[in-house]
Amino acid sequence: MKYAVVTFPGSNCDWDTYYAVKDVMKEEVDMLWHGDNELGKYDCIILPGGFSYGDYLRAGAIAKFSPLMKEIINYANAGGLIIGICNGFQILLETNLLPGAMLQNKNVHFICKQVYVKLNNSNTPFTNAINKNDVLNIPIAHMDGNYYCDIKTYKELEENGQILFKYSDSNGNISDNANPNGSLANIAGICNAKKNVFGLMPHPERAVEKILGSEDGKKIFLSIRNHILQSKN
Amino acid sequence: MFKAKVYITLKDSILDPQGTAVKKALESLEYKNIDELRIGKMVYIKINETDRQKAEAQLKNMCEKLLYNSVIENYTYELEG
Amino acid sequence: MEITKEIILKHNLTMDEYEKIKKILSREPNITELGMFSVLWSEHCSYKSSKPLLKELPTAGVHILQGPGENAGVIDIGDGLAIVMKVESHNHPSAIEPYQGAATGVGGIIRDIITMGARPIALLNSLRFGSFDNTRTKYLLNGVVGGIAGYGNCVGVPTVGGEIYFDDCYNDNPLVNVMCVGILETKHLVKAIAEGVGNPVIYAGSTTGRDGLGGAAFASKELSDKSHEDRPAVQVGDPFLEKLLIEACLEISSKDYLIGMQDMGAAGLTSSSSEMASRGNCGMTIDLSLVPQRDNNLTPYEMMLSESQERMLIVVKAGSEKNAINIFHKWNLNATVIGKIDSNSFLTVKHKDNIVAKVPTKALTDDAPVYKRPSEKPNYINNIHNIPVDITHTNENYNDVLLRLISSPTIASKRPIYEQYDFMVGTNTLIAPGEGDAALIRIRNTNKAIAISIDCNSRYCYIDPYIGSQIAVAEATRNVVCVGAIPLAITDGLNFGNPENKEIFWQIEQSIKGIKEACEKLNTPVVSGNVSLYNDTNSIPIHPTPIIGVIGLVGDINHITTLSFKNKDDVIFLLGDSLEEIGASEYLKTQHHIIAGQCPKIDLKLEKEIQDTCLSLISRGLIESAHDVSEGGLAVTLSESCIKGNIGASIIIGETGLSNIAQLFGESQSRIVISVAPHNLYEAITYLEYKEIPYQQIGMVTSDNYLKIDKLINISIDNLKKAWESLKL
Repeated sequence: MKYAVVTFPGSNCDWDTYYAVKDVMKEEVDMLWHGDNELGKYDCIILPGGFSYGDYLRAGAIAKFSPLMKEIINYANAGGLIIGICNGFQILLETNLLPGAMLQNKNVHFICKQVYVKLNNSNTPFTNAINKNDVLNIPIAHMDGNYYCDIKTYKELEENGQILFKYSDSNGNISDNANPNGSLANIAGICNAKKNVFGLMPHPERAVEKILGSEDGKKIFLSIRNHILQSKN
Repeated sequence: MFKAKVYITLKDSILDPQGTAVKKALESLEYKNIDELRIGKMVYIKINETDRQKAEAQLKNMCEKLLYNSVIENYTYELEG
Repeated sequence: MEITKEIILKHNLTMDEYEKIKKILSREPNITELGMFSVLWSEHCSYKSSKPLLKELPTAGVHILQGPGENAGVIDIGDGLAIVMKVESHNHPSAIEPYQGAATGVGGIIRDIITMGARPIALLNSLRFGSFDNTRTKYLLNGVVGGIAGYGNCVGVPTVGGEIYFDDCYNDNPLVNVMCVGILETKHLVKAIAEGVGNPVIYAGSTTGRDGLGGAAFASKELSDKSHEDRPAVQVGDPFLEKLLIEACLEISSKDYLIGMQDMGAAGLTSSSSEMASRGNCGMTIDLSLVPQRDNNLTPYEMMLSESQERMLIVVKAGSEKNAINIFHKWNLNATVIGKIDSNSFLTVKHKDNIVAKVPTKALTDDAPVYKRPSEKPNYINNIHNIPVDITHTNENYNDVLLRLISSPTIASKRPIYEQYDFMVGTNTLIAPGEGDAALIRIRNTNKAIAISIDCNSRYCYIDPYIGSQIAVAEATRNVVCVGAIPLAITDGLNFGNPENKEIFWQIEQSIKGIKEACEKLNTPVVSGNVSLYNDTNSIPIHPTPIIGVIGLVGDINHITTLSFKNKDDVIFLLGDSLEEIGASEYLKTQHHIIAGQCPKIDLKLEKEIQDTCLSLISRGLIESAHDVSEGGLAVTLSESCIKGNIGASIIIGETGLSNIAQLFGESQSRIVISVAPHNLYEAITYLEYKEIPYQQIGMVTSDNYLKIDKLINISIDNLKKAWESLKL
């Protein structure tokens, strides 16, 4: 299968993501430039973390107008897989490929630390290799990770199984203490109704090697591989 | 030439942690009578346009397209020229 | 404009310096030329008070590819790779506007690294603030941390370590020293040189505005209450633009057509153009009308002195300008040819067809005055050695003392601060903040890693600048050794008061002597550095604060060591000698509110032997943890290893002839606490005996979650942890 990672002006985690996917997960991966007008054929596109356009105005607000985003939106509407990590998640929200918006962290500080997230739905292309209620140890690093949506949207997310990860403690308890940024219902990652677009604030590409602290991020990439291989058969 | 001021604020229903932190800071400076404090953005734009209607329409368009996020924000504006 | 005496003094030049300028030019300078001299001849740019002393430092070595003289130092680490490093200060701006002062400090040091062609891979910072309870301290601390986080996180360089001290002497003179480490392929090392008559000079990056006008001269004046009116001297940074600049500069650094590159830092266009031309022994003409400006009304004076951030000056081979400019345009950055290299030796500044300044390049750089200032040993030193407290007869509850020490702002966990820094970006951070005595960054595609630490105990330097500065180097190198790295080189950030004061100059002299001594004995040349003087508000100087940044090389990442105790029954050793020393200690300050006594002794020969022994033990895989003893003494060191390991320890030292206070809280140097798994015990002891260094087996790691030291300390790890994590911003 083939991945693509999109670099926007200000993306910081693009090469981290490349190394995780290529060197650790041993998948093929191309680096794409936001300014390109054409999109090749890929099984999964990753919008990486960082500070695209400096997070100026609102995180992800300006990136959505990059030329390549037009093609990416078409690709998503046609059912292509996209995963937006951190700033990538913010871009997907601003583009409306995912519902809701990000607010500033409740404690008004940037937070970088290892957290736990509990899997809420294993029935998606991104989470099929993880058991429901499993807890993953993955780091966060963000200033605007406080997810918000109105009540109507929240109900839809719940009913459709679109909430994929929630912040929890190491035992899987979804508590206030375990919520690092004040996000609604401890939401850490969601997908769209068609389950082909996934956004999460934690950085799985930072959790694929034991020497860096955790290998739990691998499970997300393994899920994607499972899904692509299955759908090719 | 038209000068526009766009005021963008978080919707009332949304928690404003920055506003809360600043309110607390003022209270610790002994301003005990602050009822509410919310922080927003002000965007100042000089639009090179001669027709007022066109300028206003353009301003609204720019707000809808980029300047504000309708999920979490409201906006108002002043236009003079 | 007529140059009056008032104008000369306002530019912070002495009348003697002005006469020297007239002699060099054979005429009076015009206002633009006066401005140029005032910034390049300022203390900050010319090092006029410290140059003769700095010349004494050891700067060469078998691994050293570039010592002081360029924008950063370069150290060969094999595999065709080299490490670039430097520390810079941004003290005065941070006192006025802490967020932007710190942010632009980060921006500036990063540019010193990328200008060499290196990709920045780590940031560290060494901060000093006044008393923690002071409201102004909290304001400055939060602003500075916010600025470092805001800028560093956005550019995507991990902030992986640092130190913060709180002391009254910094109440109105915070210190913000930022260190950056980068990596490059040796074949792509770029120098800041201008060469080749006719070659084009390109300006790239942000537009030029009125930021920081006279910032370099500002850094050299003492801060007075009037300084708050100096706000226009504070620059505003754009980290997004810097990130784009990093990518563009790195792209160009591998091109054959690149001759040289320098960032526009202090004194912007003036320093970069004159320094590059001076190094290349050539002349340069630039046309200010071609410089991208923020608004179109800048005078030549303003353009030459502007300190607008995120700008680079680049010289390329004639004919390749378009290629170079295209690289910057791809990243949406301004880039344009503004001049060329001349065959004469002048910096000729034009505005369209008018020559607005013409100065010999060497006059601005090499001919800057150098002063041999008078020095005199300060009076206070004669009176400070007496400790007015009898520590052998105190009624203290040692558990309470330990809790108090471990919760004191200088010792307590800085987690609320470093969690604001993205320390993971780059996915190469092997040892995160708080986990080890030094940060550790992996080098991809090799088995190597770089350890980095930044240290200084300025209290020791206040009591004895010569010994204290040796200790700073010893401690920094000891810290990288504790994670398994061989110390290779240092960068020094020297922060002092007013050098025109004889006693302060004595401190500077003694400190540099101490650094020289330690670097020679420990084999760590000084490859770069920075001097920040005039850190006195209303003539109250800071303690001498020579901050030492060090890098070390781990040859095999299978042997890295963190500071936490690991497993029940691991045996704990203390390497080194414990002496009856309590002078200048955190104990005296926190418990008795005094700074007094003698500085702890330092035996550099012993220090080297202990460092070498520790490294050998680590490389043989015999060590589970290593943590050096510093502020707060042995009791604090043991507490930290227990807290991080979430595990207890039982320590029996017995009768050593030391007082209890010295035993527990004394800060004797060259000591390291290590723990060894039982199955490695025989080999470890055999090796320690063979090396003949002083050591003592002092106890064991236990699972009962208590730290017990003889009959003196008996305290739960939970309580220790609570106290250690009590810092509230």
